[in-house]
Amino acid sequence: MTTTEATAPAPAVPTTPAGRAADYLDQRTGIGVAVKAFARKVFPDHWSFLLGEIALYSFVVLIITGIFLTMFFVPSMGLTTYDGPVTTLQGQTVSEAFNSTLRLSFEVRGGLLMRQIHHWAALIFVASAVTHMMRVFFTGAFRKPRELNWMVGFTLLILSLLAGFSGYSLPDDVLSGNGLRITDGVVKSIPIIGSYLSYFIFGGEFPGHDIIPRLFTVHVLLIPGLILALVGLHLLFVVLHKHTQYPGGGRTDKNVVGFPLFPVYVAKAGGFFFVVFGLLALMGGTMAINNVWNYGPYDPSPVSAGAQPDWYMLFLEGSLRLMPGQAEVVIGGFTLSLNVLIPAVVIPGLLFTFLALYPFVEAAITKDKSPRNVLDRPRNVPTRTGLGVAFLTAFIILALAGSNDLIATHFRLSINSITWVLRFALFIAPVIAFWCTKRICLGLQRKDRELVLHGHEHGRIVRTETGEYFEVHKPLTEQERWLRVNYTAHAPLELSEAAYDATTGEKNPRYRKAKRWSALSRFFFQDRIEPVTPAELEAAQHHAHPAPELAARQPETDGRVGS
Amino acid sequence: MKALAARRHHRFAPAVLLLLALLVTGALYAALAPSQATAESTTAQDVQAGKALFAANCATCHGVGAVGTSETPSLVGVGAAAVDFQVSTGRMPMQMTGPQAEVKPAQFDADQTRQLAAYVASLAPGPSIPSAEAVDPTLGDASNGAEIFRTNCAMCHNAVGAGGALSEGKYAPSLWSTTPTQIYEAMVTGPQSMPVFNENNITPEEKRDVIAYLVEQREGSAGGDPLGSLGPVSEGVWAWVIGIGALIGAAVWIGAKSS
Ligand code: HEC
Ligand code: HEC
Ligand code: HEM
Repeated sequence: MTTTEATAPAPAVPTTPAGRAADYLDQRTGIGVAVKAFARKVFPDHWSFLLGEIALYSFVVLIITGIFLTMFFVPSMGLTTYDGPVTTLQGQTVSEAFNSTLRLSFEVRGGLLMRQIHHWAALIFVASAVTHMMRVFFTGAFRKPRELNWMVGFTLLILSLLAGFSGYSLPDDVLSGNGLRITDGVVKSIPIIGSYLSYFIFGGEFPGHDIIPRLFTVHVLLIPGLILALVGLHLLFVVLHKHTQYPGGGRTDKNVVGFPLFPVYVAKAGGFFFVVFGLLALMGGTMAINNVWNYGPYDPSPVSAGAQPDWYMLFLEGSLRLMPGQAEVVIGGFTLSLNVLIPAVVIPGLLFTFLALYPFVEAAITKDKSPRNVLDRPRNVPTRTGLGVAFLTAFIILALAGSNDLIATHFRLSINSITWVLRFALFIAPVIAFWCTKRICLGLQRKDRELVLHGHEHGRIVRTETGEYFEVHKPLTEQERWLRVNYTAHAPLELSEAAYDATTGEKNPRYRKAKRWSALSRFFFQDRIEPVTPAELEAAQHHAHPAPELAARQPETDGRVGS
Repeated sequence: MKALAARRHHRFAPAVLLLLALLVTGALYAALAPSQATAESTTAQDVQAGKALFAANCATCHGVGAVGTSETPSLVGVGAAAVDFQVSTGRMPMQMTGPQAEVKPAQFDADQTRQLAAYVASLAPGPSIPSAEAVDPTLGDASNGAEIFRTNCAMCHNAVGAGGALSEGKYAPSLWSTTPTQIYEAMVTGPQSMPVFNENNITPEEKRDVIAYLVEQREGSAGGDPLGSLGPVSEGVWAWVIGIGALIGAAVWIGAKSS
């Protein structure tokens, strides 16, 4: 292990051909400075810091396989007759896009493998980005100075969803057409501009002849370009900010403990790329995905059972399935489709706004202005952890609702009762999840205090000469203690404004706003467990011996503050 | 997709062919055995035997003379096809009340089924059991069948017949182990929540095309394990369980290698 303070060896005069080539480059571009700085960057070691890398590597795989697919895919809605090897489609009228997808799958060598790797990589790209985001959220890696990088990451997430959706729509099979049909419905539900917007997107009445060529450009050029640029910015930020680290002995907000990027980390990361690629290839080679020839060419009339979007869009499908249909209202001859608008626009809007703004809300209610490079243990921020779990619960419930038909057939349940249960669960379960998680976090924090103050239970009972029994506790090591006491338990904000102006006696216009923020802050930090202070530790160690075992368990030494 | 499978898995070609042969033989046998029971070839003894079987096993629910009760449908005019379908798939005699009559191992052998069918068919004319030729998948056009299936059946049974949910716990079953004769009979009799597809909706030739399409689905996917052919939800579950599961495992392993 090294820290950033380590010095690099003095540069040598190049003797090898490679060295001379590098020197040639360096003298003309000055790249040596960047390479040196980069190679000496220290990267802390923890498996959860590799989640972002999984996303990065699956994105690379997406680009490689995607380039292959572009060589054969024909982005056209022009009609043709299928005459390839798939007997269940021979002689049917299909679009060029669908036809070329089948040609890719059955006539181009390795085409089906590439298609399947591409699709599995897409699912795993989004899944790893989401898991990575959960890591960043639950450990508080979004705090100053990384709020902007959180926003970059959030934009990347939205772009990944769009990338997935636009790709899913390209083969022009029944399933992708259904997805576009739903999109069309959602767009049309937007008041006033809806129908114009739909005509604008589809180049006329749905499905038109333009959408696939348009989505193709979006899918292979626009979105990958944006993702690439933003991933560059994202990683640049990671380098500029330096990576965060988990709490532990010697790790502070001012240093980074880990391995230098070169050679250890580069070797590990390079190896991991091949692990990711290998797994994706294995999945693409053995597990069928999106067999479009089963769904058939798109035609607006048929919809098959089990028509669902890819997993990352399932929450939207679920939101639509949960919404009661009666919410459509007609006002003065204009239809307001609240039954579509609420589930497809308002609910995802709320969920995504929460994600985008969370770091800023937290910064506002802690008024914490110092850079935070040591991560939080999730238990030490019970309200944030609780909110995160509540968010995930809502997301999972929506995804389950999107799969309600499969749940019904596989668990022999009635689809009607599943839908009703999930309708209520969407509102109740996140609250329960929040409450339970918060309680669990507070419990764990209390256990930490207990451990720090009294050490590990040893199971050794000693009887004193006077006949008293007590259990011998083993004190924590420095490392163990550091982990448990080094955190800040924020207190609720004081109300910064008075209700009335002290001199004039008039109402203070800023009072209400300040009161709202302070209420929010109280919601977050009312219940908290303060870390053990050195003084407390001192006191505990002083009288930790024989008798006061019981006294130590008294509530007044439990550092809990508030209700 | 037959040509395809042969080309893609040379080594398995014999196995595939053997399987196909078995399938076709099985299908033919299944189609042939009850096909002797078409209205013309039943004898008076069959009707008599069927009547006795009916009285012993079915009359409690369907009433004497199969006229039905307030809870059970009358069987007058449902035809031999309905009886053969219901009895050979094990749905009848019904045992448990539930959202719909469940498929069970058939309780009667081919002869008894034929006799029951003959008896019900003798009550009033109705759809008869199709001939072996009418349900022979090798004579059908799978591509045309696919189109018909997509517009008429996929909304309940899923695009390749994997099954799907209906309201209140009812469901359209998977069609992968249903015999060609039963598929034909299901279309002409419309069991329970399924609509009847008469000769005007789907002609007998088109029905055979549908059968050809469904039988073709049993060969599996060229892409590997079809994961139940359930579509994106099962793919998503596998992406998380296998994909993210294995990759996080690898990440933990790489992370642990340092210290
Ligand atoms: C436990 C009661 C019960 C028994 C025993 C029973 N059935 Fe049924 N049967 C029903 C019910 C109820 C239905 C209606 C099912 C539905 O449509 O949901 C039905 C439907 C049918 C149908 C379909 C009618 C149509 O309109 O297509 C046939 C054919 C039939 N039964 C034949 C038989 C035969 C043959 C037997 C004896 C081997 C039998 N059933 C025994 C309760 C029973
Ligand atoms: C409205 C939905 C619906 C449609 C449309 C529909 N089915 Fe069905 N199908 C059902 C239901 C429900 C059952 C189960 C009936 C029962 O259990 O008695 C069923 C049963 C069957 C069975 C019996 C399966 C078995 O293993 O016992 C076959 C075969 C079948 N359907 C074929 C078809 C075909 C072919 C079409 C299109 C021409 C079709 N179905 C259209 C709902 C539907
Ligand atoms: C879409 C593809 C994404 C890619 C390819 C990606 C890639 C990465 C990589 C490789 C790292 C450094 C290693 C690590 O900490 O995991 C990182 C860090 C980070 N990412 Fe992402 N990320 C993506 C999405 C997101 C999302 C959705 C968010 C949150 C909204 C996010 C927020 C962050 C933050 C705040 C850091 C700094 C973490 C720290 O220093 O501890 N990223 N990202």
